[in-house]
Parts: sequence; structure tokens; C-alpha cells
Amino acid sequence: MKSIFQTLPQVILAEFDSAHSLVSAAKKLREAGYTKYDSHSPFPVHGMDDAMGLKRSPLGYVVGVMGFTGMIGMIALTYWTSAVDYRFVISGKPYFSWQAFVPVIFAITVLFSALGAFFGMLAFNQLPRLFHPVFNSEKFSRVTDGGFFISVQADDPLYDRGKVISFLESIGGRNVEVVDADEK
Amino acid sequence: MKFDSSTYRFTEPGKLGKIALSAGLVFLVISVLGYFQDSAQFFLAYITSFMFWLSIALGGLFFTMLHHLTGAKWSTVLRRVSESAAGTIPLMLILFIPILFGLHELFHWSHPEVYDPASPSLDELLKKKEAYLNVPFFVIRAVIYFAVWFLLSHYLTKTSVAQDSGHDDKLTGQMRRVSAPGMVLFALTITFASFDWLMSLDAHWFSTIFGVYIFSGAFLAIMSFMILVGYFQRRRDVLTDVITVEHYHDLGKLTFGFIIFWAYMAFSQYFLIWYANIPEENYWYLYRWDNSWKYVSLVIIFGHFVIPFVGLLTRAAKRTIPYLAVMAGWILVMRWADLYWLVMPTHHQGGFHFSWMDVTTCVGVGGLFVWFFWKRYTSYAVVPVKDPGLEASIHFTNT
Repeated sequence: MKSIFQTLPQVILAEFDSAHSLVSAAKKLREAGYTKYDSHSPFPVHGMDDAMGLKRSPLGYVVGVMGFTGMIGMIALTYWTSAVDYRFVISGKPYFSWQAFVPVIFAITVLFSALGAFFGMLAFNQLPRLFHPVFNSEKFSRVTDGGFFISVQADDPLYDRGKVISFLESIGGRNVEVVDADEK
Repeated sequence: MKFDSSTYRFTEPGKLGKIALSAGLVFLVISVLGYFQDSAQFFLAYITSFMFWLSIALGGLFFTMLHHLTGAKWSTVLRRVSESAAGTIPLMLILFIPILFGLHELFHWSHPEVYDPASPSLDELLKKKEAYLNVPFFVIRAVIYFAVWFLLSHYLTKTSVAQDSGHDDKLTGQMRRVSAPGMVLFALTITFASFDWLMSLDAHWFSTIFGVYIFSGAFLAIMSFMILVGYFQRRRDVLTDVITVEHYHDLGKLTFGFIIFWAYMAFSQYFLIWYANIPEENYWYLYRWDNSWKYVSLVIIFGHFVIPFVGLLTRAAKRTIPYLAVMAGWILVMRWADLYWLVMPTHHQGGFHFSWMDVTTCVGVGGLFVWFFWKRYTSYAVVPVKDPGLEASIHFTNT
């Protein structure tokens, strides 16, 4: 949970007119070689993953491993409890009647998968994060209804304040501002 | 085979129809020879094949109505395939007629002496079901099922084709309005049809989930069929830019989901019977497990669930079209095996029994089915050209 208190560096924020110009701006940033930047929009924008060059999420593998672990774990648990530790004949059936345990094995598989998906998603998104420098921008509050923003982080290898500002303006960014993490 | 990609029409439908029709007729004639050798086996094989191909038609009807009800965009380019599959209902009605001549061979309850208190063959358990399981009511029900399926598929295809001649968005709403009650009627008819034509082969046994089990198989059948029709066209450079990898991906996802749904239904049915272990129910599974039918049961557990589950799990599997087509073909074979496993043991309770007619009837009915399907499919534009959702469907992506 280190990410909750992790301080992000200074960011440079630029506003764009529409989802379409946001996508093309994100693409130009990627082509210019920037890696530590993010786009912010009121709704998921079609084609943004491709524009930013984001790879497919590895979350599926986490879910798969977790689900498989849950399945194996529950098979082991039902076997141990019914056929080893507390053997008990129920309606004349064998000690380990796997049929009876399929629902619970299935349920635990799903539960582990869901937990893997939930916590894996949080981890890959570096969440929960209580603070982000963009919150210091007055204009950024519009991102929840009509604003489209791109923020470039100071820890980007190509970061050079003057160059980033002029580049963002050249690709159609408005109201470009430098936002510090400890402004307030 | 010639295709005009500006109007989305086949200008020349190719040899497929002729090949299918001649194969169908030849194999049906060969199968009829089998009737004189072993009439009971002929009808068992025939009803298995009939149900297999009918399930594709019914799956097509379901998918068409589901498309209209949900207002789905992605499936618009595939709708003509499902409409044409549902359009084979008139052919299936004709192919149902031979079953009426085999009632005595297939259905023990159809013998009048079973219900006759004076007869030594009186069956007390079946006597209780006489009000439902009797020949006149059986025929009336079959007429009702086919009437519902025909009217729904006919109306939906007719309206859909009418839309091709001009922009009329009202028709989309009309098809949706018909699909809503149509879905309810479909659920009832496929449930009772599966009770009548499959479950009553062993009329002592009963399972309330049986209809859903058959439905899940029908949905898998139409999914696999659509993948194969798409791939067949793709190999001939037809609709390659229209039915894209994104559509196959979605078909793959639905197939994968319904593989699990099918297994869920199959297990739910088995589980309760296994748990209660009451002789009046469990014998149905016993004669499929305590003899050589066990190997067929195992083939279905692994072939119908485990292999497609693992085989369709990854994203790459669903997006590699030739591979997906192979899986679709495999699932169709397993669909046939599942129906075979439902039908054959009822009359061969001692153990596995295979006859050449099991294969010839399937090719025979299938040949006619493919011929009729292809005839309908190529008789109009193969995508709904004026559907308001067509553009969105063609450019649909999964991300």
C-alpha cells in the first residue's frame, strides 16, 4: 500500500477539445518518445489503449493462477476433511464423493478468481492513491463532465519543462500549466 | 461461386447446394435401405440426426430474436446466417414426418396396450402420464411447435429482407416487438419439444432441466455453425472485411461461455439425481455408466466440456480464425455425440451399439439442411444492407 502516500512528481497539464483530439495528442506524445504521461477523460475513450501504446493487461494471468489455486486448494480441503481427517459415511456413498464437492470447488474457484481480479486490478492501477498532483489544478475538476486532459510527469526521461510545454501547445493543447505536487 | 461485394449478393451461388442436395438424397436413400434391415435402429438414428440439425435451426431462431431484443450491434453482419438457419424450419417440418411413422419403434408409450388395464403389458407408471403422452396430443403439440417456429422465423426473415429495399427504421422496432413474446414462446416450445422427442424415449424418466440442457446445446450448435459458415466464406474471399476477426472473437466468447453453461446444466441434472439416488431417477444414468456406454459418457465429459474449455480459454484461441473453425467443427461433432448419448442408450440399455445408419442419416438430413440453408442464404443479400446498425457492426472492435 505504499502507493497511497507515494508522491508523484510535478506534472504538466494540457487541456484538449474533444475525445478525438485527446486520442491524436496521446498518439503524438507516444511517437515523440514520452513514456510517463497519462490521459484523463470523463468517459472511456475508444482507441486510447492503442494511441498510448498500452500493452494488454496481465490481469488475466493473475486471475487464472488465483482461480487454479482456489480449485486445487478446495479439492485438497474437501478430500482431507471427508476422506482423511473425519471419515463419515453419508447416504452410503464413498468417503470422497467428488460430485458432492463440485459446487463448493466451483464456488471457491470463482471466489479466488474474483479476489485476484479485484486486488490485481488495484495493484496494476497503483490504487488506492489518495493524492495526485493534477488535483492541484483548478481546471482539472472539469474532467468529470466535459474536460479532456493529458498530464506529462516530471520523471519522464525526456522531461524538459520548456520543451514539453511547447510540444503540448503544438499538438493542440490549451491552458498548458505546470502543476506541482505540493502546491497546497 | 461469384460474389458481388457492392450489393452483398451472391451472383452465382456455386456448387455447394448441388453437392449437399445430392449427398443428402443419396445418403437418405441408403438409410432407407437400412429401414428394411432394422427399422427400430433406422428410426433411432434418424431422430438423432433430425434433432441435431433441428437444434441448429432453433439456435438460429433464438440468436435472431436475441439480436433484436438486445439491440446488439456487433451481430448485425451475422444475422442473415442465423435467419437462414432458422429459415430451414419448413424443411425440418417435412423431415419430421418420417418420425410419425416410427412412433411405435421409438416410443414405448405409443403402444395402446401400455394404457389398457386389461392387458398384461399395462404400465401403471405410464398410465399416470396418459393424458400427456398419447399419439393425438403428441401430433397436436408437434404441429404447435412447428407453427410457432415457422411463424416467428418467417416473420423475422421477411421483415428483415423487406428492410433491405429501403431505409425503414420502424421495421427494427417491429422485429423487436415480435421477438419479446417470441422468446417466451421459444422457451416453452423447445422445452416441450425436447420432452416429447427426446426425454419420452424413456418415458419413465423425467428431468425438469432437460429443456434447458437441449437449449444450451442448440445455442452451441448455432454458434459453431455461424463460425463455420463465416470461415467457409472467408476461405473464398467473401465478406472478409465485413465479418472480421472481432466478430469471430465475440462468437468464440459466446461459444466458450455456453460450453460452461452446457456443462453447468448437464452437471445440475446429474448432481441432484446422483445425490438423491432414487431408483426411479438414477437408472437413467446407470445404464449410461455401468456398461460400455461409460466410454461414450467419458468422451462427452472430456470432448464436450474439458477440451473446448481449455481450447477456447485464451484470447489468441478466439482470434485465430482457422483454429476457431476447427474447434467449432469439433463442438458440432460433440453436439451430435451428446444427442446420440441421449437417444441410443434408451433402446440399447445393455451397452454400446453402433450402426452404419447412425452416420448415413446424419449426412442425409445434413445434406438437405445445408442445401436448403444455402439456397435461402444466397437468395438475398448476405448482410442486412439497410439495417441502421450495419456500419457500427462492420467497424465493431472488442477493445
